[in-house]
Amino acid sequence: MSTLSQPATKPAADASRGFLSVRDLYVHFATEDGTVKAVDGLSFDLARGSTLGIVGESGSGKSVTNLAVLGLHNPRNTTIRGEILLDGQELTGASERRLSQLRGKKMAMIFQDSLAALSPYYTVGRQIAEPYMKHMGASRKEARERAVQMLGKVGIPQPKLRVDDYPHQFSGGMRQRAMIAMALVCDPELIIADEPTTALDVTVQAQILDLLKDLQHETGSAIIIITHDLGVVAKTADDVMVMYAGRCVERGTVREIMRTPRHPYSWGLLGSIPRLDSPVDLPLVPIPGTPPSLLAPPPGCPFHPRCAFPDQVAGGACRTERPVIPEDEPHGAACHLTPQQKSTIFAEQIRPRLR
Amino acid sequence: MSEQLSLTKVPGPRDDDGGPEPSAPLLEVAGLVKYFPITSGLVLRRHVGDVRAVDGVDFTIGQGESLGLVGESGCGKSTTGRLITRLLEPTRGTITYDGRDISHASRKELAPIRSEIQMIFQDPFASLNPRQTVGDIISNPMVVNGVNPPGGREKRVRELLEIVGLNPEHYNRFPHEFSGGQRQRIGVARALGLKPRLIVADEPVSALDVSIQAQVVNLLQNLQREMGIAFLFVAHDLAIVRHFSQRVAVMYLGRIVEIGDRASIYGRPRHPYTHALLSAVPEAVVDDEGEGRERIRLAGDVPSPIDPPSGCRFRTRCWKAAERCASETPPLVRLEGNREGHLTACHFPEEPTVAARGEDVVLDPALAAIEEATDTTH
Repeated sequence: MSTLSQPATKPAADASRGFLSVRDLYVHFATEDGTVKAVDGLSFDLARGSTLGIVGESGSGKSVTNLAVLGLHNPRNTTIRGEILLDGQELTGASERRLSQLRGKKMAMIFQDSLAALSPYYTVGRQIAEPYMKHMGASRKEARERAVQMLGKVGIPQPKLRVDDYPHQFSGGMRQRAMIAMALVCDPELIIADEPTTALDVTVQAQILDLLKDLQHETGSAIIIITHDLGVVAKTADDVMVMYAGRCVERGTVREIMRTPRHPYSWGLLGSIPRLDSPVDLPLVPIPGTPPSLLAPPPGCPFHPRCAFPDQVAGGACRTERPVIPEDEPHGAACHLTPQQKSTIFAEQIRPRLR
Repeated sequence: MSEQLSLTKVPGPRDDDGGPEPSAPLLEVAGLVKYFPITSGLVLRRHVGDVRAVDGVDFTIGQGESLGLVGESGCGKSTTGRLITRLLEPTRGTITYDGRDISHASRKELAPIRSEIQMIFQDPFASLNPRQTVGDIISNPMVVNGVNPPGGREKRVRELLEIVGLNPEHYNRFPHEFSGGQRQRIGVARALGLKPRLIVADEPVSALDVSIQAQVVNLLQNLQREMGIAFLFVAHDLAIVRHFSQRVAVMYLGRIVEIGDRASIYGRPRHPYTHALLSAVPEAVVDDEGEGRERIRLAGDVPSPIDPPSGCRFRTRCWKAAERCASETPPLVRLEGNREGHLTACHFPEEPTVAARGEDVVLDPALAAIEEATDTTH
């Protein structure tokens, strides 16, 4: 397995590596019941023009991480520590004014629920035009033209007429397109898409995912796509980060994560979804138990209460010591199993179930 | 009716390779129609139109069989489920359950049948009363139906909790003390309380986390196999439906466009819409240089069921649509080369394969424009 972990296999994107660089990020919320450690020591990098897929269950800290990047947490009950560098600029301690200059221009967000994310009070065109006027200093007329152009680009029929419609006059798929138009209106360099297709039907989901991918080819922006759907990740992402209980438990290229996953949680995720060509007579293999509480996460590896293999680790380290991902491995997993054990378990027990 | 309450093996679900229809289906639906009227005016409510949620649906469900119902939101799959449980009264058509016509049965006539047809709902947070304990929730259907199991209701509830994989000690807990997956198990236990023969499961796992979905699917599958309960499994996740259902019906705008055993629907689909649906499923596998499955991208969304297209309803989004599709409604028939029981409603059916085509079908204007632009530059 050691050949897989050679860092030399990374493509030439190294020059632009770390367009977005997050180091040791902690996001803690003070609540009545105690401190919720929503993100607990997270590091990742994202290069220009590439897509990072963040996978995990609800409560794993996917969305919280990205709201921290955008600076959208309420500072009153949130403690954010660590480093978020966007194109060399530090965002963790940045002023609200600085952040609002960046939001919508340099970084933009596509939300899950388009009906909630768009204001029912303003026309779609006006909502798309607003960031363009704010950040580009465009006039009302220029911004409106830009809105029409953007609507056309994301595939809204008759954009000149639809620009004056209100969100409720659009269907779900069209609203999601309008949100994409709004996010892209200032040509942002970083787009964060939080479950962009979860509320949509499959045929519309496929359109939207292809659209995002095609637009990225055109503009070269970096995309973070947050999802619980491994299929969506497999279709869109270049790199994948698997999150569990506020931490990254495995990272690697999409091929590495889908073909040779190394963390028992990733095995569990891949094994618990049926595929269109998997055998139907075998029962699915669910992950036992439930996701941990973030108020009092289990000691040691947070996944150990649901893991099938803690007994194979010498000295019971899973229960006492939190595993880390080796810094120098581009494809690494936060797991105490030795690489040898992982490859044997995967080859003998996990892979036969996946196909 | 003596065998209805026994939990011994009934003729099990037929496996993948089809085989003949069982002699007497448990449920038979013919020409089922449900229109929801649209009215306007404050005092004199005028009838101005209809939402044609279900518009002529026929299918059967055999004993112990699971029929999957797939389609996009608004295609009428949930309404169909609610019509069968008679939570809604059909506008037209017949529902025959176990030889009896229940399409317009009164409350009184329905009472004995209601206990045999149960429902599992999508949202485990909305479908359990937060003020009742788990014990009350599960025993309530028995109280309402006057069922007194041997050993008392409490004993039966504890058994049921154990069957669905919950701790019987949790009898006195409230729903908020459980996670989403556990709540869904409570919903399943409630449905099992009256020893149903048919369960309508309306998106039973779509509100759950991925790792929990599999637990609930396995539980339902065990119930189906061991207790011989028939299922109408309504879901939009095609992979889960394939895993769970021996036969699958594909709905579009209130009608069934294709129905058949799962091997036929997933391996040899004929209707263009089935092709489009299957090709849109994002699969958790990495593409290897574009070979593999076909790629079809439809334009836009599903049209409104208030004023559906004439003839074939899919024609407005179909790449094969011709004049005939607008004038003539295609009947749901067995096509040449299709297996017994595999019916398709299409004038111009597709080849029975899901393999990649020479050229992708991209009807979406934005996608087509961008892809053409990138193709010419490369």
